[in-house]
Amino acid sequence: MRSISIEEIIRNIKDMCIEANYKLASDVDVGIREAFDKETSPLGKRVLGQLLENLDIAENESIPICQDTGMAIVFVTIGQDVHIEGGSLEDSINEGIRRGYQEGYLRKSLVSDPLLRENTKDNTPGIIHYQIVAGNQLEITIAPKGFGSENMSRIYMLKPSDEAEGIKEVVLETVKLAGPNACPPIIVGIGIGGSFEKCALLAKRALTRDISIRSDKPHIRKLEEELLSAINDMGIGPAGLGGKTTALGVNIETYPTHIAGLPVAINIGCHVNRHVTRML
Amino acid sequence: MEKHINTPLTKDKVINLEAGDYVYITGIIYSARDAAHKRMFEELISGKDLPFSIKDNIIYYMGPSPARNGQIIGSAGPTTSSRMDRYTPELLDLGLSGMVGKGTRGSEVIASMIKNKAVYFAATGGAGALLSKCIKESRVIAYDELGTEAIHELYVEKFPVIVAIDSKGKNLYE
Ligand code: SF4
Repeated sequence: MRSISIEEIIRNIKDMCIEANYKLASDVDVGIREAFDKETSPLGKRVLGQLLENLDIAENESIPICQDTGMAIVFVTIGQDVHIEGGSLEDSINEGIRRGYQEGYLRKSLVSDPLLRENTKDNTPGIIHYQIVAGNQLEITIAPKGFGSENMSRIYMLKPSDEAEGIKEVVLETVKLAGPNACPPIIVGIGIGGSFEKCALLAKRALTRDISIRSDKPHIRKLEEELLSAINDMGIGPAGLGGKTTALGVNIETYPTHIAGLPVAINIGCHVNRHVTRML
Repeated sequence: MEKHINTPLTKDKVINLEAGDYVYITGIIYSARDAAHKRMFEELISGKDLPFSIKDNIIYYMGPSPARNGQIIGSAGPTTSSRMDRYTPELLDLGLSGMVGKGTRGSEVIASMIKNKAVYFAATGGAGALLSKCIKESRVIAYDELGTEAIHELYVEKFPVIVAIDSKGKNLYE
């Protein structure tokens, strides 16, 4: 049994919320730089140039990359031999978010009731997904998610006979619908298989994977590559104003599913695709 | 084409802007997003005045992140405009002449823009740090209790936008 104090958890969550919102993970940063070099549309190139300048200003002048500093999505993978000391894990995660959004000058973008819509004023609660595994480690990923892109996400319950072609169709349909609203260039997180809720979770998880890493399953890797090139042939372009760069990456995660089903979830991530992971 | 405009954005300026123009805005503009639009709409229905004079003015669909000490405003990029579509024709009828946001607009908004001679600008989504540098003054003038969604009066200098939909209905997103 290994003990981890709630103070350590709170401090790490706080720091991760702040870090995620001021500096992009290098995969997306590099992706935008490469796209800038390749983009041929003048308007598209101008937008990508602005995004690069924006990243510099954010980091050097301590201004969040985007004003929508997101809803804090938290993935917790906890070893069954970990003991949390001093209080509740869930409360300490929310306390970390509260402090991070306050001390980091991040926007409070949550309402307590989806219909009554009163701001919670501290950006809590986060959305927390737990996974219990063997061992005595605690791994936490924070992925603040903006809703310009979240709103453009979709779930489709396809039929097994739809196969990979059917998946491609619905992904392209979703990207087309997202158009300029999702702040392209986008990252496309796709979950295939599982059940209704599992595929959505896989899609969200896919957005936290480095865009330079392809699936280790050859047929899925092929699907990722084909989708990326098909999406970039659509011409939506940076900011949706036309160009070659519509997506920087397509990440697919899969899970076993039922003989009768082929669930597909497409979670659209904008170019401010934030994720920070720490092992405690 | 590159164009520089100063607010107020009178109709004679609007009709010279064409879809695809790079425009730099200087002057006062007003921030308002979902909750502020709902509130303005309700006030109009109950016969009250809007919190600022809307004629020949520009609304920026934006809710900033908080400013640090010594900063004027935090990150300040556009939000998705189509969420404001429901309230927009009414405001255009009252003389609103420009809007800044991201993403395309519905057909009713575009029809009203043609009828009222108004223009819709796109600012780059996700470039809130960069755009905040063009905001030289900011103060909340209404609905303070809405936090980031309060109406801010902003003084901007050379604020970079692109004409996405012009007053003849030409739409760069199509
Ligand atoms: S979709 Fe992303 S980049 Fe665009 S405004 Fe929202 S958080 Fe920012």
